[in-house]
Amino acid sequence: MNPRESESIISAAAGTNEGNQELRSRSELTAKEVMREVGAVLRMSETDAALLAEVEADPGEDQTMIINMGPQHPSTHGVLRLMLELKGETVLRCKPIIGYLHTGMEKTGESLTFMQGGTNVTRMDYLSPLNSELVFSMATEKLLGIDGDIPERAVWIRMLMSELNRMSSHLLFMATNGMDIGAVSMMLYGWREREVVLRFFQKVTGLRMNHNFIRPGGVAADLPAGWRDDVMSILDMLPDRLGEYDVLMTNQPIWRERLQGVGVITQAEAIALGATGPILRSTGLAWDLRRDMPYMHYDELEFDVIVGSYGDAFDRYAIRLNEIRESMRIVRQILDRVPSGDYRIQDKKVTPPPRARIDESMEALIHHFKIFTEGFKVPEGEVYVAIESPRGEVGCYIASDGSPTPYRMHVRAPSFVNVQALPHMMRGGLVADAVAVISSVDPVLGEVDR
Amino acid sequence: MTTEETATPATLHGCLLGDSRGQAVLFVPKSSYVSTMKKLVDDGYEMCADLTAVDFLTHASRTLPAGVSPERFEIVVNLLSLSKRERLRVRVQVSESDPSIDSLFDLYPGTEAMEREVFDMFGISFVGHPDLTRILMPEDWQGHPLRKDYAQGRIPVQFKGAAS
Repeated sequence: MNPRESESIISAAAGTNEGNQELRSRSELTAKEVMREVGAVLRMSETDAALLAEVEADPGEDQTMIINMGPQHPSTHGVLRLMLELKGETVLRCKPIIGYLHTGMEKTGESLTFMQGGTNVTRMDYLSPLNSELVFSMATEKLLGIDGDIPERAVWIRMLMSELNRMSSHLLFMATNGMDIGAVSMMLYGWREREVVLRFFQKVTGLRMNHNFIRPGGVAADLPAGWRDDVMSILDMLPDRLGEYDVLMTNQPIWRERLQGVGVITQAEAIALGATGPILRSTGLAWDLRRDMPYMHYDELEFDVIVGSYGDAFDRYAIRLNEIRESMRIVRQILDRVPSGDYRIQDKKVTPPPRARIDESMEALIHHFKIFTEGFKVPEGEVYVAIESPRGEVGCYIASDGSPTPYRMHVRAPSFVNVQALPHMMRGGLVADAVAVISSVDPVLGEVDR
Repeated sequence: MTTEETATPATLHGCLLGDSRGQAVLFVPKSSYVSTMKKLVDDGYEMCADLTAVDFLTHASRTLPAGVSPERFEIVVNLLSLSKRERLRVRVQVSESDPSIDSLFDLYPGTEAMEREVFDMFGISFVGHPDLTRILMPEDWQGHPLRKDYAQGRIPVQFKGAAS
């Protein structure tokens, strides 16, 4: 095998020449070979696996065992099922099996108007519903051509809610991660802190979860009186609590032993698998859509992108913990900058008339009725909009045929893609660490199955 | 768009380069799908963010640039370049009579689950995919739910052992 000139770009940059062992450019490398080599995916259908399970056990010492973990397992974060091939306590291969929570939400989305679509997408990633709503609204606005006309106040409210949602989602991760590892008291603390954020959401949107608050054109309602004080009280309360987490977990030898070096994934693997969010950042790549492909006004704010260096479960834990701190920093900046003004676009096409007008004007009543029964027509076209959710890149692809309902609505769910990283992370690890690995990916099964 | 641009439409690797609401869209013929994607990998599109499909059964009259003949299905691939901070969308027409296309698994292993989802939901098969099985629906399910001729709410319940 002669090394070809075109293949030596990488080593030429490094000033070395490995001859035959040179890394080939990725487009020429057969990924299938690589995947098979690392045993990434158990290439076996459920039927085959069932047949294999019936085969009489090999009396030799080197026998392996295929076991099912989940779908009903307390640590699988919902209904994730993992087929594990074990040799003793070592995981040889792992295959995630999903679909237990599939309710056809993308099909449902095709019969809901753009106005109603928010109620659907908000139920996908139920731990960061506002980010799902946001990406759906942004995609719709781009199709309508009004993405540049959203009132400033609405944009800043959206950013405020999005960041608070990132905090609540990561706080829940702290809770479930602690619970999975065995730090059960952490579960109570995490849920307690998250509840404070959810109480604010309830005050603003009326609901703790599944808000349908961010809608095409703006947000559903203005912030209630005294919202600044509420946010400030969250920001005042959290730093001490996060400090307690550090004492309880980050600096604790048992916690470190349990997570460091567990579930390692390399940067090349993460990119190849399309993993985003804390998983990608844990491998040392500073990739955050808020900074790298800014949307809304994130380019005007100051914040750091937290990266890890080992790509292990501890890095992913530490990244999320520090992202809570960064989000608090962002929220502080947002607090000073929320302007006064409209909280939704004054475009008669997408905005229903104010409630008071309906009592006075027949036209306003008709207008209101038309918007809520027929919806508004969205011009033909297709867009893909992506934002940074707590779990990575959440994208929304909408193809419109000019009617009031999306012709096709697809959500690129970060958890769905990230779950593919599980086999890589688990390979060669202990079955006891499998729980820590699942937890560190932080999948939301509502979003995986949609 | 100026007149010069209309005269010679923009191309990339010999494929039509369009624009949808300011987003770059590349219309790739099915025959050169994988070879074009290989060139795009070398162009710096390291990550395949998303792969999905659309069934245009009831909307065949959609706007497409001249030279692209509409087919029933469309594969939509959203590529992401981490180094250039750019996105590129690739749209491929797939006919109803031959609902199959080459798999991108060799280039982007992350499309494994996405292609299985498209297979499950649209019945488009991916040649060269290592494990093309249903991913969201039960294994013995009949039909492909996201197709436009698969009606909503009119399908009898079909689960193993359940009376339908």
